[in-house]
Amino acid sequence: MSQKPLSEIVEELRSKYPGVEVSEQGTLTVPPDTLVAFMRDLKENYGFNYLTNVTAADYMEYFETVYDVSIVGEPHMFHIKTKVDRNSPVVPSMVPIWGGAIWQEREVYDLMGITFKDHPDLRRILLDDAWTEHPLRKDYKYEGGRE
Amino acid sequence: MTIKTEEFLLNLGPQHPSTHGVFRIILTLDGETVVKAVPVPGYLHRGIEKLAESRTYTQVIPYTDRLDYLAGMLMNWGYVYAVEKLMNVEVPERAEYIRVIVGELARIASHLVATGAYAADIGGLTGFIYTFRDREDIMDLLEMISGARLTPSYMRIGGVAADIPDGFIEKCRRFIDYLPDAIEEYNGLITGNEIFQARTKNVAVLSAEKAIDMSLSGPVLRASGVNYDLRKARPYSVYDRFEFEVPLGTKGDCFDRYYVRLLEMEQSAKIIRQALDQLPEGPIKGKVPKVIKPPKGEAYAEIESSKGIMGTYVVSDGSTNPYRVHFRRPSFVNLGYLDEMLKGWKIADVIAILGSIDIVLGEVDA
Amino acid sequence: MENLFVNMASGMRSLLASAGLPDAATNFVLMFLKLGAILVYILISALWLVYMERKVSAYMQCRIGPNRVGPLGLLQTTADIGKLISKEFIIPRCADKKLFLLGPILIFMPPLAVFAVAPFGKDMVAIDMNIGVYYFLAVASLSTVIVWMAGWASNNKYSLIGGMRVVAQMVSYEMPLILSIVGVIILTGTLNMSEIIRAQEDVWFIFLQPLGFLIYLIAGVAETNRAPFDLVEGESEIICGPFTEYSGMGFAMFFLAEYANVVLVSVMAVTLFFGGWHAPLGLTFIPSWIWFLLKVYGMIFLFMWFRWTYPRIRVDQLMEFGWKVLVPLSIANIFVTGIGKYLYQTIRW
Repeated sequence: MSQKPLSEIVEELRSKYPGVEVSEQGTLTVPPDTLVAFMRDLKENYGFNYLTNVTAADYMEYFETVYDVSIVGEPHMFHIKTKVDRNSPVVPSMVPIWGGAIWQEREVYDLMGITFKDHPDLRRILLDDAWTEHPLRKDYKYEGGRE
Repeated sequence: MTIKTEEFLLNLGPQHPSTHGVFRIILTLDGETVVKAVPVPGYLHRGIEKLAESRTYTQVIPYTDRLDYLAGMLMNWGYVYAVEKLMNVEVPERAEYIRVIVGELARIASHLVATGAYAADIGGLTGFIYTFRDREDIMDLLEMISGARLTPSYMRIGGVAADIPDGFIEKCRRFIDYLPDAIEEYNGLITGNEIFQARTKNVAVLSAEKAIDMSLSGPVLRASGVNYDLRKARPYSVYDRFEFEVPLGTKGDCFDRYYVRLLEMEQSAKIIRQALDQLPEGPIKGKVPKVIKPPKGEAYAEIESSKGIMGTYVVSDGSTNPYRVHFRRPSFVNLGYLDEMLKGWKIADVIAILGSIDIVLGEVDA
Repeated sequence: MENLFVNMASGMRSLLASAGLPDAATNFVLMFLKLGAILVYILISALWLVYMERKVSAYMQCRIGPNRVGPLGLLQTTADIGKLISKEFIIPRCADKKLFLLGPILIFMPPLAVFAVAPFGKDMVAIDMNIGVYYFLAVASLSTVIVWMAGWASNNKYSLIGGMRVVAQMVSYEMPLILSIVGVIILTGTLNMSEIIRAQEDVWFIFLQPLGFLIYLIAGVAETNRAPFDLVEGESEIICGPFTEYSGMGFAMFFLAEYANVVLVSVMAVTLFFGGWHAPLGLTFIPSWIWFLLKVYGMIFLFMWFRWTYPRIRVDQLMEFGWKVLVPLSIANIFVTGIGKYLYQTIRW
């Protein structure tokens, strides 16, 4: 696949998906409702075949899920974020697009409590199955034990 | 005539000699054949990401040692690299070279453990001892330079903790010169063994497409013939100044995954030799304020660790503590495909496959 | 020296006879003494083989091995046994208690029973049985049942898998083991061990039966459950197989029985293929029993060498190798031996 420069791809994507915001560092913020279409487009038409990182951060008012996608053998990488409503944290799963998201999304679900729609196997992964809370949230308070 | 058989559950781990720590796989077996495998990580979860939020940026470094404790240097590097990116710190050249040297030493050490432990997994305990004998030299070298063998905490934001001590370079050169002999010995003892090859060749063949799709990285990905090494594809630090090759497998079976590591050790040695030759004089720490307070913002940086792509995501709110730190641990992601890889193989192969992925539980469970 | 033990026995016999014991009683007492001596030899041998194994493995792995307890660490295993005896013998709640306890008790029986017919030197065999080889094959394979029983009684899944592997492995490797010996039996025409050794006066059977020896060696390693055929224990796969749940002395018994088995298989190899107590190259000034033991320990060293260099074979490969390679080869060996003997007889006589 002939590789366009990253800035060109960004421009193209911006015109295709008007909701996408681009920050100075090149971070793309995609609204959750266009996320699946956006990601699928990125993979199928721009060759971003490798999802390296999935994570999330808690900003008290909202969550942010973070995706880093790149191309195998190429230096290009996109840092993509989505804002998630903190009261009903649901985002579409990336597993149908990149299988590699399977454990990383489970980890985010486990520690941050974000539900991934259409995830084939959304269970806790690091914590005990009987755990009820999500420790990476900023308002998490551990009861008992040492500080 | 078909004999009616009944499946049964076998809990492999969390205490088991060959799960490389406290990893558990719930196997559904039909006789000796695996019908279903459910990996259960998390027994070593210490919440490093949460702990990091209440530490200062520098205080997080020792925690990263405890991720992949077989290559603590590389984990240090992954973290400080992300923070440096966040702060836009210039790292002096000498520090970069030292990082490359100790990082590649750590990579060799990690691969030595992987090789030896794999031999032990297959049943040849002697190979384990041989690789550990040679790893000892690296541990001595790391101790010389950082004061610690396993958990060096040697890298600092903007540089490294200490300059190269006297005698280190000579000792390092001696080791690098000796390493090919050692690898020859492993080839004789482990790689060339008929039984070892019968046990590992054509076992759990992983196609390149699947490996890419499942975000596998490191030797596991390269064994399937995918040329993706961040040191080449997206050179960080000073890796663009060295000449080295990226060893690739052809088939993607357990043997390739094992053998790629052996070949990578040779390449690492090559890099170290070049780095020692080119090592410039100068400061070992960049201009970094005493109190590290990165500007508000975030950064994601990746390095190639011994197990695969080690990514660090750091969010700063402008205070002295990171707002959020996330580590993309290669062992953890590489395990995502384990359940499918194990299906249809024998119990003995479960160990062989798990060993060929080369996991470190500190990294998997964070 | 040569007749040290033989003279001791005959001295004992005349002593008992002069004490006025009837012949039958003398024989009985003497038999008892002989078997007792063998028992002591085996137990001490097993104990010290553990030490030898540790030393051999240490030198193969660039280590020193035990060197703290006693001179050169010679008393290490004695100390280990002392520790194991003082440990608690844990019986799992769900285990079949009787069978679980019976396992370590019975495990020593088959190897000990077989040693009764082993010729340790010229005229040094406790019971000169005319079907010695047959007896060896029959009794030695009994240990399969005991290990299986121990595995099943433990009520542990690893033990169960290990127990099943024992049965599968033994059944598959008993076949080539027996068939490989048949070649020797064709050559000698006897099942008596002393006779077989006497037949090797001029030439050891390893030179006449190289293939037979090779098959015997491989099957013998499998028979003793040692690497590369240590699937039964398969430490990195099924923890310790049938012995997983055993602790303290129960575990030690299995451990020592393994070494008794190694001695046994080596004794048989020396008897069948290495000329038993015959001195090679006319070095007859060394007593026959010393020669015999030297050869046995040479064989044992070979077993240890295997163990510390080879990885473990997989269970399906084990079966395939046993049935598709060893059994046909051993049958071919019998065939060739038969034709060879026939030709030899028709041409030379």
